[in-house]
Amino acid sequence: MTQEKGWREISIAAVCWKPNTEFLTGDWKTFKPIRDPAKCTRCLLCAIYCPDGAIHWKADKNDIEFDYNYCKGCGICANECPTKAIEMKLE
Amino acid sequence: MEKVEQKVLALNGDEAVAYAVKQCDVDVVAAYPITPQTIIVERLSEYVANGEVETAFVCTESEHSALTACLAASLTGARTFTASASAGLALMHEMLFVTSGCRAPVVMAIANRALSAPINIHGDQSDTMAQRDSGWIQIYAENAQEVYDSVVQAFRIAEHPEVMLPAMVCLDGFQLSHSVENVGVLPDEVVKKFVGVRQFPKVLTHEGKLAPLRLDPENPMTLGPLAFPNYYFEFKRQQEEAMRRALEVIRQVHDEYAKISGRSYGDGLLDAYCLEDAEIATVCLGSTAGTVKAVIDELRAEGVKAGLLRIRTFRPLPVEGIRKALENVKAVAVMDRSMSFGGHGGAVFHEVRHALYDSEKRPIVVNYIYGLGGRDTSPMQIRAIYKDLQEIVQRGRVETPIRYVGLRE
Repeated sequence: MTQEKGWREISIAAVCWKPNTEFLTGDWKTFKPIRDPAKCTRCLLCAIYCPDGAIHWKADKNDIEFDYNYCKGCGICANECPTKAIEMKLE
Repeated sequence: MEKVEQKVLALNGDEAVAYAVKQCDVDVVAAYPITPQTIIVERLSEYVANGEVETAFVCTESEHSALTACLAASLTGARTFTASASAGLALMHEMLFVTSGCRAPVVMAIANRALSAPINIHGDQSDTMAQRDSGWIQIYAENAQEVYDSVVQAFRIAEHPEVMLPAMVCLDGFQLSHSVENVGVLPDEVVKKFVGVRQFPKVLTHEGKLAPLRLDPENPMTLGPLAFPNYYFEFKRQQEEAMRRALEVIRQVHDEYAKISGRSYGDGLLDAYCLEDAEIATVCLGSTAGTVKAVIDELRAEGVKAGLLRIRTFRPLPVEGIRKALENVKAVAVMDRSMSFGGHGGAVFHEVRHALYDSEKRPIVVNYIYGLGGRDTSPMQIRAIYKDLQEIVQRGRVETPIRYVGLRE
């Protein structure tokens, strides 16, 4: 955040001039989802419910992956998981 | 452009607004249709029902939703209009700031009416004065003719790429909104050509390219995002800059319109009457100026050097113009048709006195609060104000700078 622009340089109406993937919101979280691979059935309900799209399906690994750069730690994945494979742990 | 032939219609202020909107090729009108709504959207809904306009008319469940719908439509590039008054405008309060912050050039007509409690929807300017810091341009009309002219101009001003701010056209409730006057109207094609198609400034999108500021699947962009303390302030400064630029744009649009219509209102910002050699003057907004002008004619015939400065554009405020117009006057009475409870006088008084502070001559400025809740203000009361000013000039000082017109003690 050292090269912030002045008011004459930025787009009007607060239109974003860089992709939102450049705004890392993962540091907002207090609780971090940790999955137990043994309990996980790869049903992907967590990926569907994640409001930030921070749970990805990795076909090559045949497994899911949490993107902690964007996970805000809301805990919806843990709540929805049918096998209770996700635990929210204090960071 | 040459002055064009016009027909004269008998319209009240509300109908004058609706007629102008009908001619301005508006894409979307969203409004709450019940009290304190006025005839403005009733007429517009008739134009839509009769197939006279290609406007999408959206009836919403509240004024808050009406302005939200207008904002959303405006962000897609649509020309958008709504109308409200009194409690309806108050309910829009949150969305007024969102609209100006999103730089959506929505045009809104306000039939100025009082705020409850006690319940009263008669004429005064409390509703728009309470929204003066919401980032909207505010133009106050003196008569139904000016209402019509101002609405046509408002679309050009608001949508100007250097401005991109929402604009209110304010007409005094009942005195203007419900009184029928002769209104000269331009031919449809002339208005359509004058207003033109909406222009869009270019903005840098998150894909790294410059694109017109509107929601467009071809050029995706994020509108109305979050801005943290590290950027919010910069966006507010941009809005202030747009207001400064609007001063010049309002003047230009007004002058261009004057050439085709033959009608002008001062320089579009301030409208002076008998002010060049005036020793005493009043300042007011809106329809009261008509009464004041009639009184000035009488006083001038009696040899009294009385004048008037009508502030047509209250936001942005033409501070330098006010100073230049009034600094050679000996005493000024500023008339406020609203109150700023706990402040030192009304809002217009604050602004005018502030503008004159930087003048070396610094005339005496007094405040007259008048006409609240629809109370009539008579020519005799205006005469009494000028009489007060004459006494103030003689004595050279004033003990009671804030006064009330027609209030029972």
